Amino acid sequence: MPDPGQPTRLIVEGGSVLALPRHIKLKHDAGRGRWIILGPERVYEPDETAIEVLKLVDGQRSVAAIAHVLAAQYQAPADVILEDITQMLQDLADKGVVR
Amino acid sequence: MMNDHAAETSTSSHSAAIAPSCARAPIGLLAELTHRCPLQCPYCSNPVDLERANTELSTADWVSVMRQAGELGILQIHLSGGEPTARKDLEEIIAAAAKAGLYTNLITAGVLLTRERLEKLKDAGLDHVQLSIQDVDPENADRIAAYKGGAVKKREVARWVRELDMPLTINAPLHRQNISNLPAIIDYAVEVGAGRLEVAHVQYYAWALKNRAALMPTREEFMGTAAIVDAARERLKGILAFDFVVPDYYAKYPKPCMGGWGRGIINITPSGKVLPCHAAESLPGLTFDSVRDRPLADIWLNGQAFQAYRGTEWMKEPCKSCPRKDIDYGGCRCQAFALTGDAANTDPACSLSPLHAEWAKVADVESHKTAPDFVYRRMGGAKESAKEPQDA
Repeated sequence: MPDPGQPTRLIVEGGSVLALPRHIKLKHDAGRGRWIILGPERVYEPDETAIEVLKLVDGQRSVAAIAHVLAAQYQAPADVILEDITQMLQDLADKGVVR
Repeated sequence: MMNDHAAETSTSSHSAAIAPSCARAPIGLLAELTHRCPLQCPYCSNPVDLERANTELSTADWVSVMRQAGELGILQIHLSGGEPTARKDLEEIIAAAAKAGLYTNLITAGVLLTRERLEKLKDAGLDHVQLSIQDVDPENADRIAAYKGGAVKKREVARWVRELDMPLTINAPLHRQNISNLPAIIDYAVEVGAGRLEVAHVQYYAWALKNRAALMPTREEFMGTAAIVDAARERLKGILAFDFVVPDYYAKYPKPCMGGWGRGIINITPSGKVLPCHAAESLPGLTFDSVRDRPLADIWLNGQAFQAYRGTEWMKEPCKSCPRKDIDYGGCRCQAFALTGDAANTDPACSLSPLHAEWAKVADVESHKTAPDFVYRRMGGAKESAKEPQDA
């Protein structure tokens, strides 16, 4: 049994509602012509897919809802997108970029 | 296909991560706001000749540095020291950094903080706190820092950081006098709610070089820490991220010091000298410009000290024809100079250095002898023999 006082790993699922914590900053790095994510002693360089997804991560939409938005936008099957972005967001959650 | 959508670059100085090749401007700025510090850790990375309080930059100077840093394209600012919270104007400096769009990281020992002050720093725009610990055993920790009550205070500071919902990194410099407590240090980081833990084997420059025999672990002890960190990294995925800094005495290749000279990191001393690395003043023949005299961008691009070892043109063999030259940049110039007398030689940490075997043996010999007393870090401390530490 996990101790309720202990932090646990966030497992990303279709129903997860994620947000960028206050200390994570997605911004355009004008000097280098790219988007970046600033976090504690890290700079992440998200690719185009990650940028599109992160712009939809707002603390309101679920991961499944984000997949639907992207499916409509790119005319691709929602279940394939959901699988892909769940994996991506899990990686970003493990890095502390979303929670 | 979806595994790495966000390539990661560390912005701290001892990292093995390489800045993206497109970066012409520095990614990170290490601002040593003061060399004053109530702690006396014998592995301090500050130079042995500490700068005095009356030479420190003014508030207006630092505010100007922050503005210039933002304009230069710097992304992160590491507010360090000495102990940065010893500066009463830290709020103003953080506010200027935040206004310039910089990500602010406070590198602190914590012992001077109050909860109210921390809240003010947060309100000024502070993004992240890196808190150092000397050990999890309070008695041993206070002995290493020569500061009574420090360990207890630090735990309190860690709690305040988390109560204020700020991200926390625990920085635990590792050496032979705390290395056996690494598993407990990892538990401590989880307990206090840190998101990151820097398990940083001491780097042997400046004060740490003076204290090398008192600090150097054996190869077996070092290998043990690598295994512990590997296992914990897996077990604590998504809970605690690790930065593991190895002692290069036990490495096969040198570290890409500063991610390459004049490539990703810029360092400013309390008096305003702009350095390519915090130990660069140990090298002869370099001219260090001050932010008091010259714009930061001009110093970065054209300053003599920055140009001296930037890129790979300055290299001699075996670096010159080495396939790894764009990976590790021949290692550390300061270590190369200290041990070979020529900063352009390959770092003895490299197995291709003619001095490598002899150098690696030093660590083996010293780590198996009885540890001598510490030479504690304080003004003039390096000139004294190792006496009992004074209370700060």
